[in-house]
Amino acid sequence: MALSPSDLQAIWLTVRLASVVTAILLVLGTPIAWWLARTRTWWKGPIGAVVTLPLVLPPSVLGFYLLLAMGPESVVGKLTQALGIGPLPFTFWGLAVASVVYSLPFMVQPLQAAFEAVGERPLEVAATLRASPMDAFFTVAVPLALPGFVTASILTFVHTVGEFGVVLMIGGNLPGATRVASVQIYDHVQGLEYTEAHRLAAVMLVFSFLVLLALHVWRPKPKRGE
Amino acid sequence: MSGIECRFRLDRHNFSLDVDLALPERGVTALFGHSGSGKTTLLRCIAGLERAPRGFLTLNGEVWQDGSTWRPPFRRPIGYVFQEASLFAHLTVLGNLRYGMTRSEGSPPSGLDHAIELLGIGPLLNRKTDGLSGGERQRVAIARALAVSPRLLLMDEPLASLDVKRKQEILPYLERLRDEMEIPIIYVSHSPEEVARLADYLVAMEAGRVLSQGPLAETLARLDLPVRLGEDAGTILHAMVGAKEERWKLARVDFPGGSLWTPDHGYAVGRSVRVRILARDVSLAREHPLESSIQNSLRGTVDAVGDDEHPATTLVRVRIGESLVVARLTKRSAAALGIAVGQEVWAQVKAVALLN
Repeated sequence: MALSPSDLQAIWLTVRLASVVTAILLVLGTPIAWWLARTRTWWKGPIGAVVTLPLVLPPSVLGFYLLLAMGPESVVGKLTQALGIGPLPFTFWGLAVASVVYSLPFMVQPLQAAFEAVGERPLEVAATLRASPMDAFFTVAVPLALPGFVTASILTFVHTVGEFGVVLMIGGNLPGATRVASVQIYDHVQGLEYTEAHRLAAVMLVFSFLVLLALHVWRPKPKRGE
Repeated sequence: MSGIECRFRLDRHNFSLDVDLALPERGVTALFGHSGSGKTTLLRCIAGLERAPRGFLTLNGEVWQDGSTWRPPFRRPIGYVFQEASLFAHLTVLGNLRYGMTRSEGSPPSGLDHAIELLGIGPLLNRKTDGLSGGERQRVAIARALAVSPRLLLMDEPLASLDVKRKQEILPYLERLRDEMEIPIIYVSHSPEEVARLADYLVAMEAGRVLSQGPLAETLARLDLPVRLGEDAGTILHAMVGAKEERWKLARVDFPGGSLWTPDHGYAVGRSVRVRILARDVSLAREHPLESSIQNSLRGTVDAVGDDEHPATTLVRVRIGESLVVARLTKRSAAALGIAVGQEVWAQVKAVALLN
């Protein structure tokens, strides 16, 4: 069972996109999750809801708004053009930006839960042991929440691999740039190439199953501060 | 200025703290009170874990907090022991001990060695924290706080989460700590026994306010503002083992004003000890009781009479030389004996606890 070069290209693009999105979200999602886990302000509710929104919105709705937000007439569009990057829609990076928004809750929620489980006490202990808040974050909170980081990264990666609607809205279907595996399958089906669709679909199915199996078998024990 | 000076006012929705204290620069100060009295909040204010607006705090004249200054907790040279050991689960015992030490300037490795030796945790160093017993965990936590060579040690009921046996395991270490550390220790507790054993200075708190404060023996013997100890009401005498009677396995402890016989606990002659006498174990007589099972009779004068928690009883303070003993009597027997200030009485002491 051989995959065609265009299938391989699509898989490679998918892996690249998911890796980039996971990396960006680790940097972006961690402070958001940290803030949500510890703040007591009134803003926690609204911000938390906004972060969770991609979980329930139809991908087409999300994609539509992102398309408008990144379009050549938008603020973001004008900015990227002024910077010489050009318009983002229908490019790999446009897709990456959209995926970051789309997968945000999959990074933030497990991290927030992990930080909440760590609790306030270990950080207070660290403060009485001369650790500045930043120091305590990296040497106490992050190690104690490590299982949460693993879960969040895997979920983000898998979720990005599985996205379809947002890709169609933002990325279209450009080989090597935006044609990810899920779109490739769609194309195969549209072209009545069921054998090719089967192969790629099977790869996706097995991959997703293995990842979820790994998550269930290796269930990270949350470490407590006590 | 030496010692600790602090003023804190804090308003929470169902609790307010309002204290103004000057604490000694050496020895153990006990913050004593029931739960909800504000003692832990006060300790957290001193550590900087809680920020009381417009608070004021100095240690030996060094300002940690006032109108314009705020030192965050990680910039205060403190050691803090929490009620639960709160060890870092991702580090070994040694990793926990080194965490603070490597971050504190001028904290010599000898401080770590000394802490390890003082708490007797040498054999545990390479263990993971989740395999330790409750007592071991708390000893590691205390050593971790000492390893930073603090200039002020704060302890928040370090024994409260342990069972009686573990408490007895740790108390001797705390006594060593008190005797060997040359820094002030503030020790939060609601246990009269711990306070009697460990404290030199007592601050009794109630509902966020200081009820009374002063040297331990003096404060415990105050009747006007009784520290509400209930059954544990009593006094402390600072005494010294004076002699032993091998035949009866008894030891005589001498205190300024008299002496008492107690079961011999093996303390060497000449050693200073604390003697705790509970008010309920003291009875009074007008004349020297000649034939009684109670061997310890001390002659003194009634120095004060005060109310007790129950309206049927009264607390009578008797001065014996330079020392004070409090007796709990029913008001009826006090009336029958005609107890009044200045009267000479014999205090019969039924039981004496040697604390160390």
